[in-house]
Amino acid sequence: MTRYVLRRLGQSALTLVLVSIVVFVGVRAMPGDTARALAGEETTPKALEAIRQEYGLDQNIAVQYGRYVENAVTGDLGTSARTGLPVVDGIFDALPVTLELALLSLLLAVVVGIGAGVIAAVRRGRPAEWVANTVALLGLSIPNFWLGIVLILGLAIAVPVFAASGFVPFGDDPLENLRRMVLPVVVLGSGLAAVVMRQTRAAMLESLSADYVRTARSKGLAPHQVIGTHALRNSLVTVVTVLGLQLGHLISGAVVTEQIFVLPGFGKLMIDAVFTRDYAMVQGVVLFTATGYILVNLAVDLLYSVIDPRIRLGGAQ
Amino acid sequence: MSTVTEAAGSTGGTPGTAPDDGTGGAPPRPRRLLRQLRRNRLAFAGAVIAVVFIVAALAAPLIAPYDPARTDFGSALAPPGWSHWLGTDDLGRDQLSRIIHGARASMQVGVLAVALAFVVGVPLGLVAGYYGRFADSLVSRITDTLLAFPFLVLAVGLAAVLGPSLLNATIAIGVSLVPQVIRVMRAETLRLKHLDYVGAAIASGGSDGTVLARHILPNAASALLVQATVGVPTAIIGEALLSFLGLGVQPPEPSLGVMLSSAQPYIAAAPWMAVFPGLAIVAATLAFNLFGDGLRDVLDPRGVTR
Repeated sequence: MTRYVLRRLGQSALTLVLVSIVVFVGVRAMPGDTARALAGEETTPKALEAIRQEYGLDQNIAVQYGRYVENAVTGDLGTSARTGLPVVDGIFDALPVTLELALLSLLLAVVVGIGAGVIAAVRRGRPAEWVANTVALLGLSIPNFWLGIVLILGLAIAVPVFAASGFVPFGDDPLENLRRMVLPVVVLGSGLAAVVMRQTRAAMLESLSADYVRTARSKGLAPHQVIGTHALRNSLVTVVTVLGLQLGHLISGAVVTEQIFVLPGFGKLMIDAVFTRDYAMVQGVVLFTATGYILVNLAVDLLYSVIDPRIRLGGAQ
Repeated sequence: MSTVTEAAGSTGGTPGTAPDDGTGGAPPRPRRLLRQLRRNRLAFAGAVIAVVFIVAALAAPLIAPYDPARTDFGSALAPPGWSHWLGTDDLGRDQLSRIIHGARASMQVGVLAVALAFVVGVPLGLVAGYYGRFADSLVSRITDTLLAFPFLVLAVGLAAVLGPSLLNATIAIGVSLVPQVIRVMRAETLRLKHLDYVGAAIASGGSDGTVLARHILPNAASALLVQATVGVPTAIIGEALLSFLGLGVQPPEPSLGVMLSSAQPYIAAAPWMAVFPGLAIVAATLAFNLFGDGLRDVLDPRGVTR
């Protein structure tokens, strides 16, 4: 187990290096003068010179990369051309909003998705399956940004139950915070719940028709034991993989959701940065997101090996 | 729909072969497949809507009642009526015509992005799962690196570097679908290669190519189909999403996403501007999802024998 964990850590470190190279090269592949791009609106010769100094743009590319990594590791991701504040500050201001949105949506997706998936598989051919399948299909087919617009139209404008936009920190007013988070969480979580439900159902159907489940049944185990201990546990491997893969969609979805509900999170930071040509911010946010993604993925893979020992043992050979 | 089967078939060279996991499901021939699909009413409805959508995309200039770019300020923000079935937008452009033309961008991205993902992902997944060791490590690092850039982050990065365009949006969506295809293909290969019949095929002297193409790939078909099923509508939604954010199709070119984005300021005054393009996206994605589900039910013998 230790060996597997170490191996996995090494892999993540390698991926991190690859990601940093991609981001580094990406920003330097931009047409035109990198310093000019990083400076944004402010383009006095003096400012450009300061940027060249800061990023070492007058030196060779390897030195530049070295300095870039050194800065990034010490928490210096440059200065936002738009606000003049450090990029890191912008990121940490936006992070709690996005984390709350993402975690609540994930919770919604897992509870609803796995529950509905198991019910749909166990009640195959009955109305419950039909309902679960239909709702999941709608969840998959309705784009979250449109769902957001429709929910605002229905539940914020026509019948003003929830707020259409704005964010209140949880610390200031927990109830108001949650009230404002309901619509964004439904928008972000519903698509994910649909994916989780479909994968759970598919995996459960496969498990339920497997020999070991028949054996468990013929041993006389209670249905909930067969379903919970045998079928669901084996199905979870697929579900966790898919959930891990969906984290990217969760991040992407958060970007849009924040844009629609005007939440001051990570996604809004990123989109605003692109349209104000704040390249230092784009670079910082992309690198930060990618790093976060790698770490979460590492956690998912370790979880994966706990659920299915075959993976751990196979990986340690 | 044809994209799904073509994408899955082109990579394996064994189209129309059913997965055979030893439960005795006979390989459905195209005609039998059609007959079974027709019996599944939802899947059939999905196929019909998908075909309508594809035809609308292909023949847009022929069937659209108006020029999608023609502005008519005299009838701006007109509600749905006889002259404009789905109303007009803030510039008096006909919504129906813009939706029909917008379907083109959707289909283009849907087909190209999924094709890109399968062409890249299936071979990589097969190789990684079958050969293991170095090949697996290499493919895994590629996957992890790609995965580390969620598609919107990737699209934002591409838009920042290359400028926003439909092509860059397609690349971002296609690339973002690759890891999922690789992972599923790899996982299926890992699962299948330890089964007895694959061992038997290897023992009886089957070459790697034969084993991969005849024994592993066809049995992974249902899993790949799930991915393609999710892929086309995902790409359609992705295009609308990127265009909605201003990172895909650029106005005044018609796109369902662009329409939704320009509808936002008028949401209370002219809700039809937001409702119809959204319904078009839902109809298209729902159609492809339903058809894909039906196809999977037919192709998956486990589902039939149960």
